[in-house]
Amino acid sequence: MTTLEYYATVGARDVSVRLTVGPGETVALLGPNGAGKSTVLGVIAGLLAPTAGQVTLGGRTLVSATGPVVAPHRRDVALLAQDPLLFPHLTALENVAFGPRARGVRRPQARATARLWLDRVGVADLGDRRPHQLSGGQAQRVAVARALAADPALLLLDEPMAALDVAVAPSVRQLLREVLVDRSVLLVTHEPLDALLLADRVVVVDGGRVVEDGPTTEVLTRPRSVFAARIAGLNLVAGTWDGSGVAAAPLVVRGMTGDPAPARAEEAVAVFAPNAVSVFRDTPTGSPRNAFSAVVTDLEPLGDRVRVRTEASGHRLAADVTPAAVADLGLGPGATVQLMVKATEVTIYAASRPTAFSAR
Amino acid sequence: MRTTRTLSALALATVLAVTATGCGSDDSGSKQTLTVFAASSLTRTFTELGRQFEAEHHGVTVRLGFGGSSDLVEQIRSGAPADVFASADTKNMDKLGDAATDPRSFASNTLEIAVPPGNPAGITDLQDLTKPGVKLVVCAPEVPCGTATQSVARSASLTLKPVSEEQSVTDVLGKVASGEADAGVVYVTDVKGAGSKVEGITFPEAAGAVNVYPIAALRDAKQSRLAQEFVDLVLGRDGQQVLADAGFGKP
Amino acid sequence: MRPPGVGLPRWLYLPAGLGAVFVLLPLAAMVSRVDGTHLVALITSPSSREALWLSLRTSAASTLVCVVLGVPMAVVLARTDFRGQAAARSLVLLPLVVPPVVSGIALLYTFGRRGLLGHALHVVGVEVAFTSVAVVMAQTFVALPFLVISLEGALRTAGQRYEVAAATLGASPSTVFRRVTLPLVLPGLVSGAVLAFARSLGEFGATITFAGSLAGTTRTLPIQIYLERFDDPDAAVALSLLLVVVAVLVIAPASRATVRHRRGTR
Repeated sequence: MTTLEYYATVGARDVSVRLTVGPGETVALLGPNGAGKSTVLGVIAGLLAPTAGQVTLGGRTLVSATGPVVAPHRRDVALLAQDPLLFPHLTALENVAFGPRARGVRRPQARATARLWLDRVGVADLGDRRPHQLSGGQAQRVAVARALAADPALLLLDEPMAALDVAVAPSVRQLLREVLVDRSVLLVTHEPLDALLLADRVVVVDGGRVVEDGPTTEVLTRPRSVFAARIAGLNLVAGTWDGSGVAAAPLVVRGMTGDPAPARAEEAVAVFAPNAVSVFRDTPTGSPRNAFSAVVTDLEPLGDRVRVRTEASGHRLAADVTPAAVADLGLGPGATVQLMVKATEVTIYAASRPTAFSAR
Repeated sequence: MRTTRTLSALALATVLAVTATGCGSDDSGSKQTLTVFAASSLTRTFTELGRQFEAEHHGVTVRLGFGGSSDLVEQIRSGAPADVFASADTKNMDKLGDAATDPRSFASNTLEIAVPPGNPAGITDLQDLTKPGVKLVVCAPEVPCGTATQSVARSASLTLKPVSEEQSVTDVLGKVASGEADAGVVYVTDVKGAGSKVEGITFPEAAGAVNVYPIAALRDAKQSRLAQEFVDLVLGRDGQQVLADAGFGKP
Repeated sequence: MRPPGVGLPRWLYLPAGLGAVFVLLPLAAMVSRVDGTHLVALITSPSSREALWLSLRTSAASTLVCVVLGVPMAVVLARTDFRGQAAARSLVLLPLVVPPVVSGIALLYTFGRRGLLGHALHVVGVEVAFTSVAVVMAQTFVALPFLVISLEGALRTAGQRYEVAAATLGASPSTVFRRVTLPLVLPGLVSGAVLAFARSLGEFGATITFAGSLAGTTRTLPIQIYLERFDDPDAAVALSLLLVVVAVLVIAPASRATVRHRRGTR
């Protein structure tokens, strides 16, 4: 039995998504900006009305095309956004006690619960502070405690680390890792690390539709969508298997077939890491199997390497090179280059995933 | 540079605005303006007399300012450019002292009871105003019609219990005409001026508080000749006729 | 200390200064006319005390009515969408732009003896004209828009994000309103209530038209001042000064508290 079953269309935003969250499961909802992630959260929380579909939580219908709509406060769904939104007129403790109080728990008992949660998120000593006296990380910890103290059947997290300092985010991420165990959670994020560390399963939406749905490691190591590949830091070329390579006119990418092996004329993807790509100014001699002409769009320092982003016949491909190579080759936006990838560095597999929508 | 230009634009705009509101005087040439300040109760009669005066004096415009007598006195003392002042009582005229040249009484007015059309409370005399349940509105003792009302009541040994003491006759009439009050005490001319909106009930005690209206040309008048001619018109046969038609008594 | 910021154009100070002088000079002129030797006697005379006490009582009552009616009005205007909302807002704010005398006449035609509801009220034995209740009604009528407009602004500025957060924590709409919405806009509510009180305190036109003028019942401080002007200008000036002082005493602490509250939460 699943906790959340979601199938809903929001016509005005052209978002039509089907997904599930099992009991105790954390599902990461990934996708580019405007893909429809916030729309999904809005429908679940009761802030948006779908034009079609049905959402049930623990067997209870929250909203359906025919039935009545359950009000947000009766849904048993807590929402934690990137802005902690602690009530400015209440202390940290009173903020955390808000959920239990709203559910009719008596004041002393609600405050005791709140103290427990503040302790669990590691800010037991800050209970008397007002929100404006808390740092960003502390405030988000209190917000986590507040959401959990309400004891929701489903917790919605909307990019909870996005507004935090780079220095603070890891500790909050670690906190979430601890407290989200055995909870049903739907996590919207654009950070692959969040998905890897927090999520059991990943759902990728793009253009208002689900494009991937599978276990986190599977999706991030063997992406089928351009977006999943991008957050996994991989190059991906989607096309059809022509028997010797993935044809994505005018490119043909050759490589090693992996599991599941594609059938002839079936949709397939070729995936390779940026550090497997070599960059030249002139067409190299010899006849390497994969050579693409490309134009540099952007350079980005990445540790001791430089990520060179290019566009090759409509495909975005990235290459990691040394800073010395950038200088030697005179790379800059607009430069025409040749990209080369050894076929042994390219993995090719079928684009369809038989296990997708497994929970349907 | 830019600052200076903005400032001059501001200054110019101010000057234009002031000129446009007509602060300049236009006494020059054949056009002459006579300014008459008169008590509110004279609004009807003095508007009529001003028209007559203009008809008899070609090229003269009569500008009329109406208001409470004490307000007008205050304005004249503050330098308002009035040529003639007609007061609703001698007390306010006296406040001007030398500034008023030879004040002369030109009309009198007596109190009357005003009731809404149909007289719903059945008022017939001054005594009825003290009946329980009658909503009576009078002028406040601080204003002339209120002083007169008080002295009439005192000499009749009556204690009036008004529901409101209004600032002006107009306010009293308004409350009676709207039926909000059952009766009000105002002047005969006010009842007459209100037409069918109220009915008047005379009472004999009113004779004990006759209000006399004085008029005077002002010492600082710019048009002293015209001012005196206007005073003469009011005191003369035509003026007295207009006043009598409006219900004013002989001075 | 305020940071220097981008600075202001220097010429701006001239009209700003002129404006300040235009407001302050008449006040100063009035103070200069106060008869110092009799000031205390004039202010503490029975009629003055009666008028002041009536003004304070009725203004407090009308402020209370404004809060009770105005808070829900502001919330409905700020938080809901309905047909004709723009028109409804304009109508609610109408007393701001209509001369108070017109408001008084409108009230008279509604609650007066021969007004729209006057007869029905008369039948059940309620007569409001010429009573202190009429004063409170006149004051409420003209002061209500001040509270509504300032609270609606505060509600729109505060936004709905905290209310949404509270709802997802399980709080019912009533709980959200009581524990989140109201506390969040409290500064706006306080300044709106202060404005309403100040407007009630200064109310003249609608009161004199609708409620009349009788010492102790309907003659508020402004009406007393207007009346004294004929008879005793010294007393009028003294009472004007008293009214200004009372208004300042009410407004100053409230506005300071509002500023402090804003700084504290930002």
